[in-house]
Amino acid sequence: MKINKIILSFISAIALLLSTSVTSFAKVVGDKIVLGSAISLTGKYSSNGVHTQNGYNMAVDRINSMGGVKVGGKTYKFEIIYYDDESNPKRAAQLAERLISQDGVEFMLGPYSSGLTKAIAPVTEKYGVPMVEANGASRSLFTKGYKYLFAVLAPANLYLDVAIETAVELNGGKGVRIAQAFEQDAFSQDVRLGILDAAKRTGSEIIIDDKLPKELNDMAATLVKVKQMKPDVLVVSGHTKGALTAIRQIAEMKVDVPMLAMTHCDAAKLSKQHGKNSQYALCASQWHKTLTYKDDFFKDGMTYAADFTKEFGYDPPYQAAESSAALLVFKDAFERANSFDQKKVRDALAATNMQTFYGNIKFAPGGQNVDKPMVLFQVMCDSAGKCENKVVAPLKWASAKLIHPVPKWSDR
Amino acid sequence: MDFMVFQYPMISVQACLDGILLGILFALIAYGMALQWGVMNIINIAQGDLVILGGYIAYFMYLYGIHPAWGVIVAPIIMYFIGVGLYKLVINKVVDRDLFISILATFGISILFMQLMNFAFGADVVLANSGYGTTFLFDSAVVLPNSKIFSAFISILFAICLVIYMKKSKLGRAIRATAQNARAAKILGVDTEKVYAATFGINAALCGVAGALISITFTIHPYMGLPYTIRSFMIVIVAGLGNLPGVALSGMGLGVFEEFADYILGTEFRIGAVFLLLVLILVYRRFKLSRKREYLK
Repeated sequence: MKINKIILSFISAIALLLSTSVTSFAKVVGDKIVLGSAISLTGKYSSNGVHTQNGYNMAVDRINSMGGVKVGGKTYKFEIIYYDDESNPKRAAQLAERLISQDGVEFMLGPYSSGLTKAIAPVTEKYGVPMVEANGASRSLFTKGYKYLFAVLAPANLYLDVAIETAVELNGGKGVRIAQAFEQDAFSQDVRLGILDAAKRTGSEIIIDDKLPKELNDMAATLVKVKQMKPDVLVVSGHTKGALTAIRQIAEMKVDVPMLAMTHCDAAKLSKQHGKNSQYALCASQWHKTLTYKDDFFKDGMTYAADFTKEFGYDPPYQAAESSAALLVFKDAFERANSFDQKKVRDALAATNMQTFYGNIKFAPGGQNVDKPMVLFQVMCDSAGKCENKVVAPLKWASAKLIHPVPKWSDR
Repeated sequence: MDFMVFQYPMISVQACLDGILLGILFALIAYGMALQWGVMNIINIAQGDLVILGGYIAYFMYLYGIHPAWGVIVAPIIMYFIGVGLYKLVINKVVDRDLFISILATFGISILFMQLMNFAFGADVVLANSGYGTTFLFDSAVVLPNSKIFSAFISILFAICLVIYMKKSKLGRAIRATAQNARAAKILGVDTEKVYAATFGINAALCGVAGALISITFTIHPYMGLPYTIRSFMIVIVAGLGNLPGVALSGMGLGVFEEFADYILGTEFRIGAVFLLLVLILVYRRFKLSRKREYLK
């Protein structure tokens, strides 16, 4: 009996010790605010995972060097614990658990991609850990009633909305005939839903509606139909693979269509690597360096791009810019909450209304950013064959005039 | 359901030609698989990853300013040695074991290759531009990218060379003998170990050729290998082992079937339709076999 008691008290002592050591690990240590993030450093999302990490790191360095975060009259610095989720949703969810329950992280930054964000969100929600994410755009993330999830980017269904509206406007306000091909993943299907909405709103008609399987890198059949039916707009979304396949096969099959709208053009490096084949393609983007939004830390898009290139040796894709913006949002929220209480920080996040170099940020009740429109750029080439992305819509930021309709292949 | 393909006869022609050109390329990969399956009794899950690796060889030549079509010559040479190396390291330990062990081993190799390629080449989707232009037929109603025609032509060329090599050369005869009866071949002085290594090397080389062709007709990515493995597996299943003309025919047939399924059922059911066909063929075969068995009884 006595021995049992001793064992029991020994176990409870250890349990107590463990529980206190966990909390003493936590989030705000000395003058550091520790954020956690599971991110794809290996596996199929590793390129974009690294862009995301570079974006986070750049913002951490900048904020820390410019005075840090002021809470309760004291200055704190950001620090991030990273784990590699191997581009695997299951692993990402495990790592989120680990960050929260073992490392004691109380504030999270998002991973890369909608799929992984979807895996992590239930975990952060369960523990009431506020998460600001910059790379999960799927609409389904914002319809689940999550209270602790905030996304600085526009949701996926708005990606190509502008393209359809522009086409209708150029058609004298009359509806257009749309052909579309989307990969069967959460993100692309959300983009598709957005197009369906836009078509309904503008009285447009969808004449081809193809779904591309993930394992397919051939869309010749869709393009043959496009040649036959002659739609006014062709919309394609299927990550980098979809963009590359479309550009290659449209050029090879000489498919003439007045407007070609796509996603992931900059990730696919269309203008740089595929030059004239990609000319006139319209691309949806969360951000472009020529936009004129401003903030105190990065000044504006052009300065951000120059600083980023200096530090990492390549032009920042929008995935990096939005990741940097996530930290600006956190800093702002901490300072307004003037506390590290998770509930208070969450409420401060929900009340965010600010401008960053990346765009205006204001969250809807679902957590998505509703104050930042998507931009469209068009790949334009000069006579020497050098191609560049130029913003053409919305008109406020346009640096070039949209070329419409796209010239026929026989005239190029 | 959409029967546009029958309303516009030219779309049918387009679908047939696209399917045949695609099928020939797949048949080349399946040919390699049939060869080593027949000789070594190994189902190589890493087949598709060898294809992608071949594609990267052509892609890197393209990056360094060499026309990617030269990859058709360089990739198989490099891949042959990789294949032989792979045999010496892993495959020789599983060659006499049962099929399950070999599937497990090649599955492991497949994962390893994927990760290594991802590590070495990055996770971006890439392609090599051949700049071959386009052929227009029937008053531009049918459009064929020349890169696809080139791919089919090269695939046929390699297949013919291989058939002749198998028939005429000493090694080819040794490979065929080993396939028929490894023990007997060994007794008669064939160095089966060498034959196995060469077979695996030849298979890898064929994958290299196909990969180079895929990099100039489609896109490549470290994780895109599995569909090629599955497709070639299916072609071999339909054609049967040791039936090389059958492999070519079933490759083309599946290609055409796939294209028509795409037009009629929609792109999302394209691969599903091929799987359904596979199930039907297997059921039909079983049915036919069981009738034969009864007859024998």
